[in-house]
Amino acid sequence: MTASLVLTAAAQGVDELIAALARRGYCVVGPRLRDGAMVLEELQGAASLPVGWTDEQEAATYRVHRRDDRALFAYAVGPQSPRRYLSPPRKTLWSALRIEGGFQFEGEADEPPPYAFVGVKACELAAIAVQDKVLRDGPYPDPSYVRARQQAFFVGVNCGSPAATCFCTSMGTGPAVEAGHDLAITELLTAGAHELLVEIGSDRGGEVMAEVQSTVSWRPATDGDREAKHQIVAESAVRMTRRLEPTVARDVLIANLEHPRWDDVATRCLSCTNCTLVCPTCFCSAVEDVSSLDGDRAERVQRWDSCFTLGHSTLHGAGSVRGDTRSRYRQWLTHKLSTWWDQFGVSGCVGCGRCIAWCPAGIDLTEEVAAIAREKEQ
Amino acid sequence: MVSTTSRPKIAVWKFASCDGCQLSLLDCEDELLAVADRVQIAYFLEATRATIDGPYDLSIVEGSITTEHDAERIKTIRALSRHLITIGACATAGGVQALRNYSDIDDYLGIVYATPAYISTLATSTPISAHVQVDFELRGCPIDKHQLLEVLTAFLGQRRPNIAGHSVCVECKLRGNVCVLVAGGTPCLGPITHAGCGALCPTYARGCYGCFGPAEDPNPASLSAQLDRLGVDRVDLIRMLRTFNTGAEPFRAESQRLMTEASSP
Ligand code: SF4
Ligand code: SF4
Ligand code: SF4
Ligand code: SF4
Repeated sequence: MTASLVLTAAAQGVDELIAALARRGYCVVGPRLRDGAMVLEELQGAASLPVGWTDEQEAATYRVHRRDDRALFAYAVGPQSPRRYLSPPRKTLWSALRIEGGFQFEGEADEPPPYAFVGVKACELAAIAVQDKVLRDGPYPDPSYVRARQQAFFVGVNCGSPAATCFCTSMGTGPAVEAGHDLAITELLTAGAHELLVEIGSDRGGEVMAEVQSTVSWRPATDGDREAKHQIVAESAVRMTRRLEPTVARDVLIANLEHPRWDDVATRCLSCTNCTLVCPTCFCSAVEDVSSLDGDRAERVQRWDSCFTLGHSTLHGAGSVRGDTRSRYRQWLTHKLSTWWDQFGVSGCVGCGRCIAWCPAGIDLTEEVAAIAREKEQ
Repeated sequence: MVSTTSRPKIAVWKFASCDGCQLSLLDCEDELLAVADRVQIAYFLEATRATIDGPYDLSIVEGSITTEHDAERIKTIRALSRHLITIGACATAGGVQALRNYSDIDDYLGIVYATPAYISTLATSTPISAHVQVDFELRGCPIDKHQLLEVLTAFLGQRRPNIAGHSVCVECKLRGNVCVLVAGGTPCLGPITHAGCGALCPTYARGCYGCFGPAEDPNPASLSAQLDRLGVDRVDLIRMLRTFNTGAEPFRAESQRLMTEASSP
């Protein structure tokens, strides 16, 4: 059994946890309410969290609402994921300066601080494990990802507030935090008490907790606390009505590449890229060479790209090889759910539901898969 | 690099427009001064009255074609220019003045001018590309200064400019904005609009107005359907599409479709 304890004053516990992480040199990042959504930004203390707020999500819809309590983590995932920090939207890979007789090269410009992520859901940790396979464990590791990943500290949260768009249960990626965390929190909120059950997942997690325990009130966890946690995640699992069977999706899509549903979804899809840019596992990027007007400085910049842009599939002299939305939507869905298995041995989807909520056209991948499965070509 | 011994001659031309895009060019003066010894500004009336005769290595054209006289003038300029790029919604799509394309020009003339007979004008406002071959079109109302510098830098370096044709949503997500359409139900043209502004309006919690015209492969009918679900009424939807880039085909065709749909029961 993992070591666990209960911080008896939740907000104060989070304050001290954030302070302890900051003292160790981490930039502490977690959910904050900004412009009507829970985004991931630097946290100063528990008060930076969306205290007493929750969210409501449906296809093409995201809204925040007040709760009648002071819950700290009572919302599902927002539009951003740790991907934004571990593999940022833009980075300069190298730059070159013209000097006498040649060029002087410089490597990656800015080295980000080590990040500690607070309030990370199970689907998020699963997504990071997927990105590890792509950006760290493959034949071409991305050095800045590997560095950021190795330094990162994760405070997971067992999910008690899935959105209607979530389907991690069927994907086997949540709602309980089981791997990849340094600490796992369960928020125990009853009429009389607001406590945090903390389970220790790593040595450094244990060290940080030892520091926190010396400054706030705590008690050892009981079987009752652990039972409460199981009940919270079990209820969350039951509340998730959307489903996707990962191996069924894998087989059905790849066997139905000419299904009429691809034409149908192409009439709705905007090729806007939102699904891919909110997805926590997508990893595509474009590389641009930028030069100064006088030609004396050049930079190579990497920025997020998406298989929904024409640039992503443009070959020299041939234009885009995925010139219509039908082929681009099919690329996205078959890559996520089918060919990802061939490349990385897992599904590229963790069931976070972001691509459903943040699609301006309200396209729901679980529905698209179901439609194709219903009327199979073969 | 274009040879530094022969400094490329650049000319800037104005057609029917508000001068806003030329102002973006003037706004590049610090950057341009740094290369003053490598280029020759041969013709730029907004900046200087001194002119140098053609031919020109690069002509930068602002504005749309709205008169017979201009339709001839652009042909002369093209003949004098090795490369010709157009800047701004007027030059690339006909501008807001392309609204005239939907009505009878004589109706306007009678309202605006005391003596319409003195006015010689075409019935339409059309982009430069409808009249002559254009080597590159830089979008925007107005254009973005950084994109303009990128185009000039690419010209001087003889490489292809890094100007992506994807949607404004890409810039929105790269910036970390919260989508105003999804999180606020605010009508936004971002999903069908060409990037370039850096998602300026969504960054300030407004929907995109479509200043940069249609994205590379837009689906306006699907966005109309979604905005309709959000409760945007038909007339407002048509107006959203009929602004600075009303003459750009995907916007024109969709607004026309909505008009037809609205008038049939
Ligand atoms: S495909 Fe959609 S549901 Fe699956 S991980 Fe990506 S954003 Fe989440
Ligand atoms: S779904 Fe598209 S954007 Fe995402 S990783 Fe695959 S190809 Fe790249
Ligand atoms: S599926 Fe939705 S979010 Fe993805 S590109 Fe199409 S319209 Fe945009
Ligand atoms: S706010 Fe507009 S431009 Fe930004 S992602 Fe949403 S729809 Fe796209």
